Amino acid sequence: MYNPQLDQHKKLKHLLTIEGLPKAILQQILDTAETFIGINEREVKKVPLLRGKTVCNLFFENSTRTRTTFEIAAKRLSADVLNLNVSTSSQSKGETILDTVNNLIAMHADIFVVRHNQSGAAHFIAQHVPEHVSVINAGDGRHAHPTQGLLDVFTIRRYKPDMHNLRVAIVGDVLHSRVARSEIHALTTLGVPEVRVIAPKTLLPADVEKLGVQVFHDMQTGLKDVDVVMMLRLQNERMSGALLPSAQEYFNTYGLTPEKLALAKPDAIVMHPGPMNRGVEIDSRVADGAQSVILPQVTYGIAIRMAVMTLLAGGINT
Amino acid sequence: MQLPDPERLLADITAQIAPRISANTALVGIHSGGVWLMKRILETLDNKPDTGTLDAAMYRDDYAQRGLKNQPKPADIGFEVEGKHIILIDDIFFTGRTTRAAMNEIFDYGRPCKIELAVLINRGGAELPIKPDITGADMPLDASHTLELSQNTQGKLQLKLLTA
Repeated sequence: MYNPQLDQHKKLKHLLTIEGLPKAILQQILDTAETFIGINEREVKKVPLLRGKTVCNLFFENSTRTRTTFEIAAKRLSADVLNLNVSTSSQSKGETILDTVNNLIAMHADIFVVRHNQSGAAHFIAQHVPEHVSVINAGDGRHAHPTQGLLDVFTIRRYKPDMHNLRVAIVGDVLHSRVARSEIHALTTLGVPEVRVIAPKTLLPADVEKLGVQVFHDMQTGLKDVDVVMMLRLQNERMSGALLPSAQEYFNTYGLTPEKLALAKPDAIVMHPGPMNRGVEIDSRVADGAQSVILPQVTYGIAIRMAVMTLLAGGINT
Repeated sequence: MQLPDPERLLADITAQIAPRISANTALVGIHSGGVWLMKRILETLDNKPDTGTLDAAMYRDDYAQRGLKNQPKPADIGFEVEGKHIILIDDIFFTGRTTRAAMNEIFDYGRPCKIELAVLINRGGAELPIKPDITGADMPLDASHTLELSQNTQGKLQLKLLTA
């Protein structure tokens, strides 16, 4: 089957979505990221792999953390980095996406990191760039956020190396979450046998079971004996109106408190892609507690993004 | 072609390395062959110096053409590099590009006072003004040959010559 993310030698050309990527490529990314962990702990946190390359962060939607970690990752690989917040620049003057991209290609950008509120935006750009340019999707609408999915499975693998023997629960607004979709594809591709989603019916996509997950509507049964709890962010605009009665009621039912976490295995880890709404989807005692790996996720996110950019820029010689 | 016995060459370079080791010396093996050699050399020494391992893949100048090796190994430099005397250990010396990459990586940890290079075999073909200080054997080969060091399950070293 044609996969626009792979070149004719089945090597990674663009990273647009985890869906459809072979397990071997996911493992290659995770294994490569492992080698960057050490570099990020050194005095000189830099290697010359992307020297002379230009990475362009093209953000049509705001995101401080994702943009910052991509920027740090590119700089630690010795690339030159250009940050464009397009929402505040030429788009507001009426320029089309492709005109913006073509201008940057004329400036010899090598890798585009794209965040857009429309699903498919990174895919669209990838179809229009020349052969030597790669595109990384840093979040498109409700569709995908592949580097977040990868850094999440990387974090899980570091704490729970035996992925074939895990029970993982994803809790919250799966319907609007590109993070959840990428996490589910990454977990199932890597062979995690049991992936659960826990959410009210109004925050689940219609055919969510088709992604290979088990559906739960209450935390009491859903969290029972899980090894990993992945919380999702509840976006402010969903907290009132038709989908949910109120933020307080959501917290009472689906917010992760120490009492609810006690239903999971005693050594379960707690994850959150950030930014957190404390007191809405997660209790501060859990977010700051011993089982939380939320800050390590951020650290590992840099290694994952370094790995992805490395593989796109040079590929692996097999 | 008659290949030398790598176990004998290892004994040779160990004998050359031992007198150079002082309290300020560290042995650094380059993955994979150099690390095997470094560990074997270490076994014979009474006063154990600091040790480290490197995989210079991320510092190579030909990365854009050939990419990374399948699984680059993390570097492990657990000692203070600043002011250190470092003996780099590699199995086969060819173009000198791995040595250059390894030296660049070492300098990202600090400024050593001296770096020396010990290799099992110098196969000729240097493309940079770099040459080993300690050599087990000189064995000039043309570019169509590949010389490989391997280690069997008992830890015994073996040499293999492949022709393209």
